[in-house]
Amino acid sequence: MTAFTKYVRWDTVVTVLLVAVFLAGAGTTGGFADTSNLSAALDDTAEIALIALPMTLLVVAGQVDLSVASMLGLSSALAGALWDAGWAFELIVPVCLLVGAAGGLLNGWLVTRIGLPSLAVTIGTLTLYRGLASVVLGDKAVADFPDAYAQWAAYTRTVPGTFVPYPVALFVVLAVITAVVLHCTGFGRSLFAIGAQEDAAYFAGVRVKRIKIALFAVSGLVASFAGIVYTLRYGSARADNGIGLELVVIASVLLGGVDFDGGKGTLGGAVAGVLLIGLLGNLLTLNDVSNEVQVIVTGLLLIASVLTPRVISAVSERRHLPDQI
Amino acid sequence: MNLRTRTIAATAAVCCLALAGCSGTTKDSAKNDDKPTAGAAKANPGAPLKKGLKLAFLPKQINNPYEQIVDNAGIAAAKEFASTGKEVGPSDAKASSQVSYINTLTQQRQNAILIAANDPNAVCGPLKQAMKQNIKVVAYDSDTAKDCRQIFINQASSEQIGRSQVQHIAEQLHHKGQIAILSATQNATNQNTWISYMKDELKKPAYKNMKLVKVAYGDDDDQKSFQETQGLLKAYPKLKGIISPTTVGIAAAARYISASSYKGKVVVNGLGTPNQMRKYVKDGTVGQFALWDPKKLGKLASYAAAALASGQITGAEGEKFKAGDLGEFTVLKDGEVILGPPTVFDSKNIDQFDF
Repeated sequence: MTAFTKYVRWDTVVTVLLVAVFLAGAGTTGGFADTSNLSAALDDTAEIALIALPMTLLVVAGQVDLSVASMLGLSSALAGALWDAGWAFELIVPVCLLVGAAGGLLNGWLVTRIGLPSLAVTIGTLTLYRGLASVVLGDKAVADFPDAYAQWAAYTRTVPGTFVPYPVALFVVLAVITAVVLHCTGFGRSLFAIGAQEDAAYFAGVRVKRIKIALFAVSGLVASFAGIVYTLRYGSARADNGIGLELVVIASVLLGGVDFDGGKGTLGGAVAGVLLIGLLGNLLTLNDVSNEVQVIVTGLLLIASVLTPRVISAVSERRHLPDQI
Repeated sequence: MNLRTRTIAATAAVCCLALAGCSGTTKDSAKNDDKPTAGAAKANPGAPLKKGLKLAFLPKQINNPYEQIVDNAGIAAAKEFASTGKEVGPSDAKASSQVSYINTLTQQRQNAILIAANDPNAVCGPLKQAMKQNIKVVAYDSDTAKDCRQIFINQASSEQIGRSQVQHIAEQLHHKGQIAILSATQNATNQNTWISYMKDELKKPAYKNMKLVKVAYGDDDDQKSFQETQGLLKAYPKLKGIISPTTVGIAAAARYISASSYKGKVVVNGLGTPNQMRKYVKDGTVGQFALWDPKKLGKLASYAAAALASGQITGAEGEKFKAGDLGEFTVLKDGEVILGPPTVFDSKNIDQFDF
């Protein structure tokens, strides 16, 4: 372990940055720390945050799922088409979730049985699921969802006594569960083992394939659930909903210090990464900073998050080289 | 499949069936009784325009040249009544990208949000939220759902656009000969509405010597529109004119004809932008074409927002307001305000426009 990673972990840095952004925003920008703004800003990241949870588990295990945003779109399109066909919303939700889990299983099956890298498989299914979404709903937009359901997803309705919208509250519950699973259970330890050394994990008795399939299935399931939240939140089911969202999710997870090579990272870091990108975007928008500059800021942060720990550890390794000889 | 996965699958299936059995919320049972509260306030037509208003333009996407002209004209107009305007927006035209901007504009306590909506419904919730906080909402160029804004500034009425297209080409052809239409996609709502008015206009006795032989679709793709033009001219040797009510189609048709033996023999008319069509007007391929003036559109939107924020109008049918040197406008049904008939561009005036 290098000096940097021993004393300052990147996820701590991100958390400090998050607090700094919040304090700077509250101090300089009127309206930023208002509860209504925080509710809206948090709700804006709801789908990203939800999908980031299984994504963190996948990346820790050395995998990635690029098809999540397409699955979100497919789930949204399916919800729209079924609603249009007169189905009950209470039935649409489980059907969408089943489709999401099935799509995830397909990803997992292709990765484990055919032995293709997850990056390649999910680039393929990214296109496939988006294509299916277009087949299901075409270029229509279905909008007349019941207000009662739309309000559950909207930032205007919050958990009583707090400014936390319901999708975010659900995220908090799921995040706690995911953190416990990742950091306090044998299952979580085996994810780190798979990410660090898959062969070693296999020979140590970890059921690598089964775990991977389960991860992809959960990822598809959560993505399809996020599709329902997205559809209700915007009141608009469309086949092109959430295009490009997978990159924001992965960027947030990496920003939170989860190593893209697998085997390293914390869920707290990933959550801090999601919140940092969300709050920073909101703060910059409130200050009329143009979208292009926002994209540049996010990109620079991401590069910094990937590079800084490596540069520092490379420097400190070189410095310690004489001792090791 | 092992026993456990089979159990899970079976349980899931049973749950589904059980849910299907229950009566849930369906499209028919859900009623959205969310009527706008617009009528609540009273309009005071005599009220002066307030000064120091903050207007925010939210285009479909920033860096869209057409919408930039609209927004800049609107921002310039705000200065005429001692107010300020700004343009903010997403860099992509996705359905949902505008939502976080609406929320922050609400937080910034703007007096009015002027929006060209990417999706009429995705922006609805936050716009209603903004209106609740007394922020006025004006849609322009592309409307939102009706109860999510007070006013919609429409470039021209669909009927005006459709009928004028036929009237213009008929004049050029002296009311004689075969014509064809080169549209965008087969299911483009606005195009199809215009075409239905064109067909209706052609039924009038004045056009008895004109015949619409075909409606072709170029899918708003330059190459496809180019090929469709070629095909039309091959299939109908007596064709005298093409109406293309889409900026992509008209430019592609003009490009084909300018380099063919049909130049000067077949009339191309329709909707286009001056910058795209300038060279075909100058080389004589195209005599005239039409579109609305985006600067006037921005100006009108700006004045409408100020009139709303000053209490002169509330968005109810029949209210009137003045839009600087554009004159007086009346709010029509559903809060619609129409800029006026499309502007016709020809060799005499085309150099006065840059968009």
